[in-house]
Amino acid sequence: MSTVQEVVTEAPVIEDAIPKKAMALGPVASLVILALLIATPLFVKNFIIFQMTMWLIYAIAVLALNILTGASGQFSLGQSAFYALGAYTSAILMEHGDINYVLTLPVAGLICFIAGFLFGLPALRLSGIYLALATFALATAMPQLLKLGVFEHWTGGVQGLVVTKPDAPAILASLGLKVSQDMWLYYFTLAVSILIYIFSVNLLRSRSGRAMMAIRDNEIAASAMGVDVSLYKTLAFGVSAGITGVAGGLGAIAVQFVAPDGYTIQLAVALFLGMVVGGVGWLPGSLAGAAFIVFVPNIAESVSKGLSGAVFGVILILIIFLVPHGARQIAYGAQGLIGKLRRN
Amino acid sequence: MELFTNQVLAGIATGAIYACMALAVVMIYQAIDHLNFAQGEMAMFSTFVAWQLMQWGLPYWVAFVLTLIFSFIGGIVIERLLFKPLAKAPVLTHVAGFIALFAIINSVAGLLWDFTIKQFPSPFGSSPFLGSQLISTHQAGMIFVTLILLVLLFAFFRYTRVGLAMRAAASMPESARLVGINTGWMIALGWGMAAAIGSIAGMLIAPVVFLEPNMMGGVLIYGFAAAVVGGLSSPLGAVVGGFLVGIFENLVGTYIPGVGNELKLPIALALIITVLVVKPNGLFGRAIVKRV
Amino acid sequence: MTTLLNVRDLRAYYGQVQALHGLEFELREGSMTTLLGANGAGKTTTLRAICNMIRSTGSIEFEGNKLGSRTTENIVRLGIAHVPQGRGTFTTLTVEENLQLGAITRKDKAAIASDIERMYDHFPVLKQRYLQQAGTLSGGEQQMLAVARALMLRPRLMLLDEPSFGLAPLIVRDLFKILGKINREDKVTILVVEQNAQLALELADKAYVIETGRIVMSGTADEIANNEDVRKSYLGY
Repeated sequence: MSTVQEVVTEAPVIEDAIPKKAMALGPVASLVILALLIATPLFVKNFIIFQMTMWLIYAIAVLALNILTGASGQFSLGQSAFYALGAYTSAILMEHGDINYVLTLPVAGLICFIAGFLFGLPALRLSGIYLALATFALATAMPQLLKLGVFEHWTGGVQGLVVTKPDAPAILASLGLKVSQDMWLYYFTLAVSILIYIFSVNLLRSRSGRAMMAIRDNEIAASAMGVDVSLYKTLAFGVSAGITGVAGGLGAIAVQFVAPDGYTIQLAVALFLGMVVGGVGWLPGSLAGAAFIVFVPNIAESVSKGLSGAVFGVILILIIFLVPHGARQIAYGAQGLIGKLRRN
Repeated sequence: MELFTNQVLAGIATGAIYACMALAVVMIYQAIDHLNFAQGEMAMFSTFVAWQLMQWGLPYWVAFVLTLIFSFIGGIVIERLLFKPLAKAPVLTHVAGFIALFAIINSVAGLLWDFTIKQFPSPFGSSPFLGSQLISTHQAGMIFVTLILLVLLFAFFRYTRVGLAMRAAASMPESARLVGINTGWMIALGWGMAAAIGSIAGMLIAPVVFLEPNMMGGVLIYGFAAAVVGGLSSPLGAVVGGFLVGIFENLVGTYIPGVGNELKLPIALALIITVLVVKPNGLFGRAIVKRV
Repeated sequence: MTTLLNVRDLRAYYGQVQALHGLEFELREGSMTTLLGANGAGKTTTLRAICNMIRSTGSIEFEGNKLGSRTTENIVRLGIAHVPQGRGTFTTLTVEENLQLGAITRKDKAAIASDIERMYDHFPVLKQRYLQQAGTLSGGEQQMLAVARALMLRPRLMLLDEPSFGLAPLIVRDLFKILGKINREDKVTILVVEQNAQLALELADKAYVIETGRIVMSGTADEIANNEDVRKSYLGY
């Protein structure tokens, strides 16, 4: 038995450990969801396609937070800052640099990865509520920094930047396929989402993923087993920020506009809620969580204009009362039920 | 030099606001081992209740006491209805619950009392305090009330059995049950007390920032920051932290060029984080020994 | 002598897993009883079930009171002090505050103060450290604090979960001496769960042996100590 002078006053954020396998979906369920995601846009209006694009983009951002919180046990209220950084990177490269939108995304990801990694260094000393406060500070600072006069030439200051919406590649038209801008962007986003999902699942199944989860479950034990705690914690921050940055870049292209006030703390809070509703640490839950972010405020608005905030709050409370572990709980319940039915 | 002293004085005056809110933050932290993100909204709602009572013609101190009672009971009711059923849910789910509570209170207050700014009276008046243009009698009164609250809270936790039981229930719930403490009620009591302290903070702050549903947004953040700087477990730390944050904020605004009102918050927060990186348990927090 | 605690058909569960399968035993008032068994036999579970800290069925009667539907804190208020595994120290509070917490359900202020002094007599090391954060005490000191905290309740029954765990042999001997004294002088009935069977049997009047959630043997401590199987499995000779 050893006594360790710990600087932590908080229990780890995640108390119920999530087994490694349980972070992804089975092949059948994955294929069904993928088929639905591919087929649906063919039957709905452009506005709904746009909303579905935003849904996927937020799902990417929620997934990024899930990697940070779910896998490495670090809490962040600052994801909106990385989202903003990614969005502005893409917007500036496209509008000032005339660079193809596809190419701006890896740049956005890389810049955010570096920013996240660097932010992760001082954050190493903080945990729990202290980390929440630090990331919160980052989230509140970002819109103000973007407004600064020094960067105005690039960022457009308070006004922000207008981003040109990309057309579908000409080759599709020459094949006789009529693909609208919205639909093209949707499928493009879907492709990026799938890539990121596959990358994330593999990351968490890898040595690095195991190291992160070991840190989440017991930091002291992990370091005693030889896990480089500092490296993996900062790495988790970097990867999470990088993925969030790609989502931000996609978001800028989809909305065709970036402005400082689009990336306030409210966005960070929304992403956090998305993670909780989807189930912390369960990657497929990001889709459910993102659906909550995109659609529930609209539903609340349509129920009551004056009390939309209250309706939103009540819906949120109902969700956490019914399924405190989020969509993950529903999926596991369904899995258990199917298993039982098969056995009978 | 005079500019400096003046700014420090002004900082202390605003710091009293944060100190007051930070006391409420520490209170709830002692009870539930967590920050309550809806605390500012709860305080705002209480302040509106006080305003409404005065609109109906009640004198200030009667409204004050009634509001205190209302808030105490309200805090307990919220805990029993909302958070007791979630007792076994993960911590992050609780945070989502706080956010939901935030949205509901803010929206209901907006509907009941709309979003126009309202004047809120001060029992201390607003004339210059001891001839100083920087501190008004209201601000001096606020500092005074904050210090009294601090002494009361300190005595409560240190010298009363309920205070001891509350600390025990917060730090080791299972052991607390094994010495016969009803931990569930301790948490509810903590909510009630935090809500009551928050209502005092709200009623003291409202004459300065004016009454409206969004009045507590910034204040709560500074209150959190103050409590965190102070160490979260110490009421004294919270108050000292509150004054420090107030002074910090004012000096940053005065001496760093190009810092408008909007950048004050992030810079103050950044400085606080620097403090935390050096001293992760806050200035007055105790390091906790963990056995593996 | 009357029966203080009567346990009948006790079944306890961790989630879906059943840990106790119809346990039956009783404690005589003023006795010191030990519950022996290997790791995972259900010793700790039995103590936890008595205090309703785990889902269980069956009947537990304490001085004629059914414990089944009571909450942990209400069971404690009847006079059952439980020193849990890992000691349950309030690590952030001072030694003296820990002792005061032991008596938090009592109202007799003067008696509490004199009881604290009595604890300092039993455990002088606690007196030296009364203002120290309890988490900074050594394992042995924390165990003494835990026992002292339990006694502050002025319990009728004390449940001890492996008090010797992690302590040096000399300290264990001291601790058990004090436990014996408390049992004789203060008339506290004690149920102690131990891995250190030899020591426990030396001190106890009565013993039960538990295996995979069932009582497999019971008798006076001497009878159990002289039983061939027990000697082989638990005493090692």
